[in-house]
Amino acid sequence: MKAAKGTVFKYGDNVDTDVIIPARYLNSTTGEELAKHCMEDIDKDFTKNVKKGDIIVAEKNFGCGSSREHAPISIKAAGVSCVIAKSFARIFYRNSINIGLPIIECEEAADAISNGDVVSVDFDSGIITDETTGKSFKGQAFPPFMQKIIDSEGLINYINSSEDK
Amino acid sequence: MSGMTMSQKILAAHAGLSQVQAGQLIEADLDLVLGNDITSPVAINEMSKFTTKGVFDKDKIALVPDHFVPNKDIKSAENCKCVREFARKNEITNYFEVGKMGIEHALLPEKGLTVPGDLIIGADSHTCTYGALGAFSTGIGSTDMAAGMATGKGWFKVPSAIKFNIVGKPSKWVSGKDVILHIIGMIGVDGALYKSMEFVGEGIKNLSMDDRFTIANMAIEAGGKNGIFPVDELTVAYLEEHAPGKKYTVYEADPDAVYDEEYTIDLSTLKSTVSFPHLPENTHTFDDIADIKIDQVVIGSCTNGRIDDLRCAAEVLKGHHVADGIRCIIIPATQDIFLKAMEEGLVKTFVEAGAIISTPTCGPCLGGYMGVLASGEKCVSTTNRNFVGRMGAIDSEIYLASPAVAATSAITGKISQPSEIGL
Repeated sequence: MKAAKGTVFKYGDNVDTDVIIPARYLNSTTGEELAKHCMEDIDKDFTKNVKKGDIIVAEKNFGCGSSREHAPISIKAAGVSCVIAKSFARIFYRNSINIGLPIIECEEAADAISNGDVVSVDFDSGIITDETTGKSFKGQAFPPFMQKIIDSEGLINYINSSEDK
Repeated sequence: MSGMTMSQKILAAHAGLSQVQAGQLIEADLDLVLGNDITSPVAINEMSKFTTKGVFDKDKIALVPDHFVPNKDIKSAENCKCVREFARKNEITNYFEVGKMGIEHALLPEKGLTVPGDLIIGADSHTCTYGALGAFSTGIGSTDMAAGMATGKGWFKVPSAIKFNIVGKPSKWVSGKDVILHIIGMIGVDGALYKSMEFVGEGIKNLSMDDRFTIANMAIEAGGKNGIFPVDELTVAYLEEHAPGKKYTVYEADPDAVYDEEYTIDLSTLKSTVSFPHLPENTHTFDDIADIKIDQVVIGSCTNGRIDDLRCAAEVLKGHHVADGIRCIIIPATQDIFLKAMEEGLVKTFVEAGAIISTPTCGPCLGGYMGVLASGEKCVSTTNRNFVGRMGAIDSEIYLASPAVAATSAITGKISQPSEIGL
């Protein structure tokens, strides 16, 4: 089933939602518009360099701060296929699952993977492979309930399909 | 099974379960679903994808345009129009138009919409504020808001908890802001990640309701899922004033409830505390703060725009003047607070001191408008986040502090505490 593969953009601790998508752009709501400013205040070249499928790797508490769903929306719309971090702020975590942006907690991977590495992720097994170094890591698996939301590609589809039954 | 925390008891009751434990995934009935002008348009768009149409209960949804309101530009005006039309179409009872609106987390308790024992979600991270009244209340995103508005239900992972045993009495200029900044400095911006922060102890009686709102409000700044206080005489008095006749349930933690960690906070030992750029955990007391010249002061926000905050700022500013070259922006959080501030003469004090007063808005806190910072500028702010670029240019700096410190700093032009001007 689903897998991701791409070049890594590596960041540190506490990447907050204000640097992921600054509030001066929150008067927009579309992914296309938000993607143009993704990560602007932490990495002004991100939008120039990111390609479809690329992967963000960060340290602890990624996505802390505001509840703005614009943050994961901008990351997803920028083409990022997966975010790997040591830990995620909880609202960002929920929002990502709810909009179908795959995110994985894995401390070892976040420590070992370097900026620019090519990394692949198998979502079924939770295995993260750094193809540049050849090292593999086991990410934390989703509880079955969240896996169902991800498989439905978001909460709304999940609720719609539950109500159909 | 071990006992439950306050938060766990509220979740269990709303999930129709007699017992829940940390880590358990539950589906629970919601008492209130909240959104603002930033998050609601995204949620309203998501709503249109539901096969079931309409909202679950028009009385249990609150829509508060407050971030970029009165509108700062055409795009924010369009977003507000979207929220307004949705509110009309779905006959949302608690839609607050300009003139009635205030900053959501000050407004909803004031209107009696948040009471003890409630389960509340809001598409705004500071929704955790209502824990001050003994509600379980947490921030979520727009998709969760949409699902909540459509179904009246939400999914939750039952949190474990950290217990903060509050003792003692704070000194004159130490307020709720100093308490929560001290705690965040101690446990870090992810110190309570995924967890409840439960505040208990005999010292709570020495914290006003406005202090408690400030403390619960910033639980998210420690990564917390919610912050919650027990209900006491002060809470009951607040509810009698703001939610007369409304029924509510008081939940207390079981004596054998399990906590991941426990801390004792002695209010009598706390000092005025300032969070330096660019994280709320970078806390300092005046023992180690050198002269830091500033450009702007903001007193307001969902954290510190309540009447106690304005009274405190006025007490400091009375008879003084804002230093030359300093902009001091004061924002009452709601219309009622504004009115009270006028009746009590606080607005006169502010204007005479050379501060400006704004209509209620979140504006400057998130770099929206009404006080955006230029490159290299420094601001002492009673708001809640000092992230890179939060209030404007990416090389501007935000120092988070109490209203007392913010007001004093406006007078001296540098980061200062009231004792520096003889108070």
